[in-house]
Amino acid sequence: MKAFQARYPNITIVSRDAFPCIVPETFQAKLAGGQMEDVFYVYYTDTQNIIRNRQAADITPYLGGVKRLKDINPPYLQAFKDAKGRVYGLPRKAYTTGLVYNRKLFARAGLDPDQPPKTWAQVREAAKKIAALGPGHVGYGEYSAGGNGGWHFTSELYGRGGDVVTPDGRKAAFNGPAGRAVLQNLKDMRWTDDSMGAKQLHRWEDLMRLMGGGRLGMMVGAPDVAVEAALNFGAKIEDIGAAPLPEAPASLLGGDGYMINPKAGPDRIKAALLWLDFRNLTPGQGQFDHRQLKSLGRPVGVPENILWGSGAGAAREDRELRRRYATVPVEHFAPYEDGSANVRPKTEPPNAQAVYAVLDGPMSAVLTRRDADIGRLLSEAEKKVNAVLARTGG
Amino acid sequence: MTMLESTPRGGDRRAARGGRARGPGGGRHGRGGRSGRSRGARLGPAARRNISAYGFLSGALVCFAFFSWYPMIREFVLSFQRNNFVDAPVWVGLDNFRTVLQDPAFHAAWVNTVAFTLLALVFGYLVPFAIALVLNELRHARAYLRFVVYLPVMLPPAVSVLLFKWFYDPGPGLFNQVLRLAHLPALSWLDSTGTALLSLVIVTTWMNLGTGTLIYLAALQTVPGELYEAAELDGAGALRRVWHVTIPQTRLILLVMLLLQIIATMQVFIEPYLLTGGGPEDATISVVYLMYRYAFSYGNFGGGSALGLMLMLVLIVFSAAYLRLSRDNT
Repeated sequence: MKAFQARYPNITIVSRDAFPCIVPETFQAKLAGGQMEDVFYVYYTDTQNIIRNRQAADITPYLGGVKRLKDINPPYLQAFKDAKGRVYGLPRKAYTTGLVYNRKLFARAGLDPDQPPKTWAQVREAAKKIAALGPGHVGYGEYSAGGNGGWHFTSELYGRGGDVVTPDGRKAAFNGPAGRAVLQNLKDMRWTDDSMGAKQLHRWEDLMRLMGGGRLGMMVGAPDVAVEAALNFGAKIEDIGAAPLPEAPASLLGGDGYMINPKAGPDRIKAALLWLDFRNLTPGQGQFDHRQLKSLGRPVGVPENILWGSGAGAAREDRELRRRYATVPVEHFAPYEDGSANVRPKTEPPNAQAVYAVLDGPMSAVLTRRDADIGRLLSEAEKKVNAVLARTGG
Repeated sequence: MTMLESTPRGGDRRAARGGRARGPGGGRHGRGGRSGRSRGARLGPAARRNISAYGFLSGALVCFAFFSWYPMIREFVLSFQRNNFVDAPVWVGLDNFRTVLQDPAFHAAWVNTVAFTLLALVFGYLVPFAIALVLNELRHARAYLRFVVYLPVMLPPAVSVLLFKWFYDPGPGLFNQVLRLAHLPALSWLDSTGTALLSLVIVTTWMNLGTGTLIYLAALQTVPGELYEAAELDGAGALRRVWHVTIPQTRLILLVMLLLQIIATMQVFIEPYLLTGGGPEDATISVVYLMYRYAFSYGNFGGGSALGLMLMLVLIVFSAAYLRLSRDNT
């Protein structure tokens, strides 16, 4: 911040720790109370909702000042655009979901940690072997509550070439072979293989806890899972590795970024963009200052952020710096980083939160009911999602 | 130029600025001057006492106005508006009500809420009364047992709920361990559509057991002992004494507790929010949890307010019955 303010002495940044500002409860209240900061943090999942509700400033006219804009992988900027291509925010962090796995458990189960599963059949086999290590071991963990189930269903559906909604965003499109394959695979792992543990209805923190406790073999996720599990849930980061989503030509993109208060004037918007460009989009600076992150004791070397297009100079520059200051074995994450170049990032469906809430239903059903009828579950969910899309105009 | 930025970590924590309503505290009126004394003299001692009472009351009135009545009025207004808290709100008539009525989860939320309320009556209403009856009969360790029964109330609800998350774990969870020791089949508890709602009721009952038991116990101790003696002389057994003496003598408190319990349990939120996320398959989604989803997940305060208004109308019926009952018996 000092470096930024030395460069732009006419801009003063007042930082407010609104943590956990990622909890949406405070968002509407702050807007209503006129206490929203000029620049505020959002998850990708929420950006479209905020844009539709006209709760963020249109920054399109000011983007000329963002030097690294051209280096951002276009799908990651897409999450901040409306249907007309107007831009309402800038990404900070971006990833596509892959497969996160515990290398130590792989080794104990007689699997090669350097050869993570490339197909879902291999995931099944690996999960069985890990679950067989003894009580409390979960071969493969999956979300099915609090909207997280729908989120992962979407990711796995994209990975199998499916879509949640039709291209015009008006109808559900998941009731097909790809959707059935996602649910059938989970049902088989849960009930035929018994490799997913007895406890279900997992939400985000539940799998983090399992990963942190070293009893979870695999889960769908991005490498930031490793950092989170290590920093807040007691995992040893050197035990964790990441690979691309099995068989996936495409995967759900995720991450977060910043939007700007719609009440901010042009000067504040310009100042905000200068700060975001400096802090979040410049290799070697701000969030990409790996030297400083290392000195602060943060894990360095995990490809948490694949914001840049693969051909961009910024991508090469950042990867080089990340490796130079690495504090974790970077080769454990190389399969993910190398493989992600071949995985097409896909944005979330419209009304993501409402759609995910519906899709929690089939996910929880196949994981908690041995007799779950996948065809019926998908048909019912399709009707419900169509109702959601009709109600909100897609 | 000053730019404000909210960050996920670091920086200074903003102090909460809750509106602190300060009552006048029945302060002195006037400064001892003649006019003050003469007004006081004119009003008389009863009126002067009332002025102090109104002074104290005004603090509570300000608090209620800010934190209860104003939000209720805002909720009513919001339920007829589309409001993004940036632009001027737009009046949309009954659109928000149509939206929530067409929501596939609406029906499930109401069915679950009513089922939860009824189950909570069976467990949460009868169990504390039964425990109070037993405690009332005990001669020894009564204080200790009262403390033990009240202990769960002292735990923050979130802690109690998370404790039960472990109890209900189908693998190493406490309840299934006990079932296995007894050679009984393990249950899926929260993970089954058949048992999830009941599991939440058990949590609620456990959390609120202490308060209910203490209130019933206090009521039982007001029943004159000679009534029991007379019943015993007439040959009444324990159950008949409860039926013919205890229940008629504590009828008022039983009715009040019944209504209060209905009003409280129909607003169930924390249990599904923390334990099941409304699942599996919407088996535990409640009306208040659906309200939460509308307001905070979907950013649709209009829809959330419309749901809140519907629930409020239902609860008003029970609240009116409660007020009537209180008035008739005072």
